[in-house]
Amino acid sequence: MAFIYRSLMHRMIAPTFTLRHLGDRCLSLDFGDTILAETGLICLAVAEKIREARLSGVSDVVPSYTSVAVHYEADPQTGVPNFRTLSEGLTALIQAGISPAERASRTIEIPVCYGGEHGPDLGEVARVTGLSEQDVIQMHCAPGSMVFMLGFAPGHPYIGIHDPLFALPRREVPRTVVPAGSVAIANRQSTIYPTRLPGGWHILGATPLKLFDLTRPQPTLLLPGDHIRFVPISSAEFDQLAAQHSQGQV
Amino acid sequence: MSMIVLKPGMLSTFQDLGRFGQQHLGVSVAGAMDQRAHRLANVLVGNDPALATLEITLIGPTLRFTKPCCLALCGADLSATLNGQPLVLNRPIVVRAKDELSFGVRQHGTRAYLAVHGGFALEPVLGSTSTYLRSAMGGWHGRALRRDDEIPLLRPLKNKGLEDLAMDLWSLKIYLPAALSEPRQTYVRLIKGQQWDEFTPESCAALLTEPYRISPDSERMGYRLQGASLLMTTPRQMISEGTTFGTIQVPAGGQPIILMADRQTTGGYPKMAYVASVDLPRLAQVGPGDIVSFKAISLEQAQALDLTRAKAFATLADALQPVRNLLLNH
Repeated sequence: MAFIYRSLMHRMIAPTFTLRHLGDRCLSLDFGDTILAETGLICLAVAEKIREARLSGVSDVVPSYTSVAVHYEADPQTGVPNFRTLSEGLTALIQAGISPAERASRTIEIPVCYGGEHGPDLGEVARVTGLSEQDVIQMHCAPGSMVFMLGFAPGHPYIGIHDPLFALPRREVPRTVVPAGSVAIANRQSTIYPTRLPGGWHILGATPLKLFDLTRPQPTLLLPGDHIRFVPISSAEFDQLAAQHSQGQV
Repeated sequence: MSMIVLKPGMLSTFQDLGRFGQQHLGVSVAGAMDQRAHRLANVLVGNDPALATLEITLIGPTLRFTKPCCLALCGADLSATLNGQPLVLNRPIVVRAKDELSFGVRQHGTRAYLAVHGGFALEPVLGSTSTYLRSAMGGWHGRALRRDDEIPLLRPLKNKGLEDLAMDLWSLKIYLPAALSEPRQTYVRLIKGQQWDEFTPESCAALLTEPYRISPDSERMGYRLQGASLLMTTPRQMISEGTTFGTIQVPAGGQPIILMADRQTTGGYPKMAYVASVDLPRLAQVGPGDIVSFKAISLEQAQALDLTRAKAFATLADALQPVRNLLLNH
């Protein structure tokens, strides 16, 4: 993973892509059909470039693993943008080149209390992967993870791309309630549940951090493109941090 | 100077044009389900279409106004009355202090929109006053109205000259352009998506010819349809990507779901088609148990229809300049 980031350093590229409509007010730029770190990085860089271009009529730019959705609405006076004009504009923008590795990106440490009541699926994941629980934790904490997209709920991240050993399908029967802060894996990705939600991913642990908080100037803890470092903490440290967060000290 | 909730109704929430610019953070757009009726209500009382209206669902609330104001009600006909007298839809109406607005039997439609001249005093959250119930965000304290809520109005009217204003507004001729009148056709137009051809020919034919019933668990997030199953020739897993208002997605069971205003920002089901924006208001006005059928149009046609409606709104806003003048000079 780290190697991929370095190899793209300082390189302007004009990635190939296809365009498709997602209805009459949104289009998608598609950069591949497989979940790959390299494709995800391209999507992040393209999304950022489009947002910085502040194109008239464009309201939202939503990167995902392999595509970037661009939401737009025509100006009633001029009739643009429409699918054709926006496609042309975006194509010119991307062909001018993007540099996926030169994005300024933050590294965010996520303290996680693994196993026990916070991580009911740690034992099962260890069994299925043939690893010890300690090895599962160590592998989950390995550097190189990144937020590729936010979706499903406000502040809900999709973090990847983990070791192939974590290529576990989702649970056959999803839980109807997963507690806020739960850190879970599936399909070589992690997520962190911002609030109590239903969910089918395998829960390894929980973080006391608040993923979404409207009282903060930037309500989401994470942004697409953030590097993530999971850090194991004890149950006592979890309680201490959780108490600090609920009192607004952090 | 407020609107007091005597009865909350089934689901009454404040909605505007939507919370845009936050979808990459996972924050849903929300906003009025029927943008046509929402905009119309606003423009009829001289407001910017971006102001919040009260979206009223099936069973309306009972509301009392403590000061005179000018309101307009558009969308569903839920037998609205003002102090017991039938209230005319699609017109600016002057109400007096202590007047009571209430609702009765559903005549047609599902959602009515109440706009008040000057707007309701609501705190924007992430740039919008739309209520998003799942995250308890926006609108009135992030929730639907409850009994005894008192929502302040930003621009109540003065008592002086009120009767003259009421007469002047009432005597104004207001013509709705054809593109803005109640949608009459019985079908909903859609645009085929890229994955259309991955569905079996029988499925493609079914969606364009068979009737689909709106299931009882349909709501602001999505409409579940019941009808002929839609199946992919070779089912495959999709990678999650951005979603839109009107996306017709098809889970493995084959019964389609249309994503509506409170949709999640991303989704990973196969997407067969997209409802043309111009027909989303019609879809917003059908309810559980109603039947819909679909007709395919091209992307270019859909964009042309959307633009025609947008231009009609701009024309109507110009034509209603006398309404704005009367209200602003009062």
